[in-house]
Amino acid sequence: MREIQEFTLEELKHKFSPRALTGDTVVLNMGPQHPSTHGVLRLIVELDGEIVVNCVPDVGYLHTGIEKNVENKTYQKAEVMTDRMDYMYTIGNNLVYCLAVEKLAELKVPPRADGIRVILAELSRIQSHLLWLGTHAMDIGAMSVFLYCMREREMILNIFELISGQRMMTTYIRPGGLWRDVPASFEEAVRDFIKVLPGRIAQYEALLNKNRLWQDRTQGKGVIDTKTCLAWNVTGPVLRATGMAHDYRKANPYSGFEQYDFDVPTQTGGDVWSRYLVKVEEMRQSLRIVEQALDKLPYGPVRDSNAKYIPPRRSEIGVSMEALIHHFKLWTEGFTPPKGSVYTAIESPRGEQGVFLESDGTAKPYRVHFRTPTLPLLQALPLVAKGAFVADLVAIVGSFDVVMGDNDR
Amino acid sequence: MNDLLKPAVEKLQKKYKAQVNEFKDEVTVFIPAEKNTEAATLLRDEFSFDMLPVVTAVDYCPQSPRFHMVYIFYSTKDKVYLTMRASLDGDTPSIKTMEGVYPSANWREREVWDLFGITFEGHSDPRRLLMPPNWQGHPLRKDYPLGYEEVQYSFNFDEIDLRKPKGER
Repeated sequence: MREIQEFTLEELKHKFSPRALTGDTVVLNMGPQHPSTHGVLRLIVELDGEIVVNCVPDVGYLHTGIEKNVENKTYQKAEVMTDRMDYMYTIGNNLVYCLAVEKLAELKVPPRADGIRVILAELSRIQSHLLWLGTHAMDIGAMSVFLYCMREREMILNIFELISGQRMMTTYIRPGGLWRDVPASFEEAVRDFIKVLPGRIAQYEALLNKNRLWQDRTQGKGVIDTKTCLAWNVTGPVLRATGMAHDYRKANPYSGFEQYDFDVPTQTGGDVWSRYLVKVEEMRQSLRIVEQALDKLPYGPVRDSNAKYIPPRRSEIGVSMEALIHHFKLWTEGFTPPKGSVYTAIESPRGEQGVFLESDGTAKPYRVHFRTPTLPLLQALPLVAKGAFVADLVAIVGSFDVVMGDNDR
Repeated sequence: MNDLLKPAVEKLQKKYKAQVNEFKDEVTVFIPAEKNTEAATLLRDEFSFDMLPVVTAVDYCPQSPRFHMVYIFYSTKDKVYLTMRASLDGDTPSIKTMEGVYPSANWREREVWDLFGITFEGHSDPRRLLMPPNWQGHPLRKDYPLGYEEVQYSFNFDEIDLRKPKGER
């Protein structure tokens, strides 16, 4: 095995100003092991004193070849890998992959499964935003918010554990529906959470909103405008903080999001402060969706009945020869959707999470591409970081809410 | 086909003799590879496709043409997607960079170069994105092995040792 080399300054000189080569400015490494880079993001920054002249993100430290691996697994087995991409929105990764497979194979998801999917996806968004708020505040120096956010996030992870036995990588959503129905205590656990969270969000806001230090560190920092966002394909809260109310749950509804009444929060500043306000408001809106979905959650099956794609229930295998054959065939060979390619996208806490899935008529996907929201965010980072202080760079990276597993796949 | 897509698709058909394929409500237009930036500019300026969420490729090895470049456009005004494909032949294909039309293609094209080995003419920063800079080969090609290692037992150790890949891939 050969030693892995890094880019040399010579290879990167087109990214820096000529002053970097003469030693007039300092080229400094921030990361990949740095507490404020949220994983293994490496930023090569050119500094003039304390001001960032240029910033070159170097990514790929968490590249695990998921796209290649998925091509060599059957459709059901490949789904387990999708959890590991965006490890803060695992349910959403499952959801977008399953939506793509369902579109390809024309599976019909029962209304109860759709309702539970919506509840879980929104709870997942809240826990992602909670961890984001905690770590972002800690980056800037507000230590106590982190502890409170983790406390509430724990309640959501307990709900995930209740339904699937896993706290993060649940793989609970399956092509054609869900793994199984939720337990009886699910509704009570979610209701408890709905009751608790609004008061807690008010607590975070009490800690931060009128905090002079928080305002000084976030207002007017890292400004980006709508036009730049669209050109660099930046979506999600960063785009909404520039004043454009674009949300895939409203624009291209999936899993029955069109039935629920919720607002798309926007701000016009485009700075770190606006992103903070948008995300906190999004937590409230997600809670509204969860409450409505729970109120009108119908009873019924949680899986499609197409036996060629959906594994039979355990109780059927003992009594039905057909079910036994289907079970055996599905877990040894897998199912074979028709030839063609589809693209599906959902709204992740960071923006558009998409899957491009191509089938060649065999049991394994021919090509899977994950369009992840973090990659455009990091790509746009140098534009935003130019001219900022190093300390503000930490705030900007934090407000972008980057997840390196999502970026590198 | 979605009515909102019709004018754009018809224009592409007329101008570039594009083939149109519909599958599960998704529209794919095949355009000649040398017209990719021209067609993208048309879509952006005349039909308000203001975002380019996906730039990727598919390897059809050993078929010919071997690669398909896949571009998926999105319009925030009409809220529709449009897929554009261009076929590329040969083991070391190249295509014009989309960077000038949509800046966001920069990293996505670096990713495609890294994982598929498709060169982008005129790209401002043609480095690898995800793999280490000194990596040999392009992992997402279909002829690139997944990385399994054959298990050696005492009775066939030497036999497997002979055909085992050594050193660089």
